Amino acid sequence: MFASNPFADLAMTIPLNVIQGYVILMAILVVGGTVVDMIHKKSAKYFFAKAKAAEASRTRELGAGDKIGIAVSTVVVDVATSGEFCNPKRRISHLFTMYGFILFILTTVALVFAYPTHEAPAIVSQLWHLGAAMVMFGGYWFWFFIRVDVAAEGVPWYRIVKADMFILSLLGTTTFGLVWAILQAKGVAVWTTVFLALFIVVATVLFAGVMWSKFAHMFFKPAAAFNKRVIKADGSRENLPEPVDLSDPALQKRFPDIPEYMGKNPPNMGLGIKREAPSHY
Amino acid sequence: MPTFVYMTRCDGCGHCVDICPSDIMHIDTTYRRAYNIEPNMCWECYSCVKACPQNAIDVRGYADFAPLGHSVRVDRDEEKGVIAWRIKFRNGEKDLNLLAPITTKPWGKFIPHLKDVPAPSSEQRDSQLLYNEPKYIRMDDGGLHTLETNGLTLQKGVQY
Repeated sequence: MFASNPFADLAMTIPLNVIQGYVILMAILVVGGTVVDMIHKKSAKYFFAKAKAAEASRTRELGAGDKIGIAVSTVVVDVATSGEFCNPKRRISHLFTMYGFILFILTTVALVFAYPTHEAPAIVSQLWHLGAAMVMFGGYWFWFFIRVDVAAEGVPWYRIVKADMFILSLLGTTTFGLVWAILQAKGVAVWTTVFLALFIVVATVLFAGVMWSKFAHMFFKPAAAFNKRVIKADGSRENLPEPVDLSDPALQKRFPDIPEYMGKNPPNMGLGIKREAPSHY
Repeated sequence: MPTFVYMTRCDGCGHCVDICPSDIMHIDTTYRRAYNIEPNMCWECYSCVKACPQNAIDVRGYADFAPLGHSVRVDRDEEKGVIAWRIKFRNGEKDLNLLAPITTKPWGKFIPHLKDVPAPSSEQRDSQLLYNEPKYIRMDDGGLHTLETNGLTLQKGVQY
């Protein structure tokens, strides 16, 4: 069941070029939606204006080598392993959702364009099902337990707001897609059609709703993460105080409260507020 | 000086929502990022500023604190046990850096075990003194401590 290409069966009722046209249309909508979103919210304009304003606060100039190093660490830490999240559960859930979605999209493109027949390699079809399951695992974990609205605001899981459009349409796409594929493989005709219709509707909302959802975060978040590392490296630090060495005699002379109350060589005090998860609403 | 959130820096973790004693830090329903829903009701305790792991919350200072257009930023380092404030004026030249201890002992390891303390006697209950008051104001150590007994004099005016 998981080794067969669900789009090959679909191609027997809907012409293959229509299916391929739909996938291309969705890709165009994502690109177009992201560009319109950027123009509408002026996010790129704001981003570059802020970087320009930070120039005056720089304490050192970054060379091309520094920037390449920062770009590599951004890709490795912030993008590939979702390093920005301070909550480890959220980070794991995001990794499942992100890699599941990437797998789902890549295998969909492979199954629709490269292997649109029943002879598609079993591994590609299996990865398509696995990708959907990964998104569902990470996504439902996030939706019911990790989401800040539920975890810190104390609102019930069934309250839906505009911010939920992305996660709900993503979960809908993978859930309905997976259920449709399973029902189709089992030959349940009526329900297959129902879930196919739901799959198409929700997938269209996901890819066409970029302007209104947070789909575009996958493009601007890496840019923000890169900028966050740049401001640390060039010393501008968005006007945040400099990191300090409490055992430095010059600093102790400037701030005599430090040696008076904490000693000449203050120990590591461990975690205070951050010892507990924010769940005291 | 109410607080506000840089939404591009916020990752919506909920620490500020959790800690705000005024319950005015909430999650935006469009972008799922934190924001101060009612700056007029902000107590200016800066718990959210200090708790934010992303340094995404800032203080909007009043004009009598520093000329408008300034920046007030804080970095609360729990592991070092210090809090650092930086106030930068809009001309970029006046740049104040302040640093102060926020603890002298490791966090959570010296919590008094009050349930192990014997219950107060009826004499202590009838007394006007609060719990441990004689000890904390050092009444046991030479009676009431005043400026005079410590050889100090009150200086008139504001002393800095």
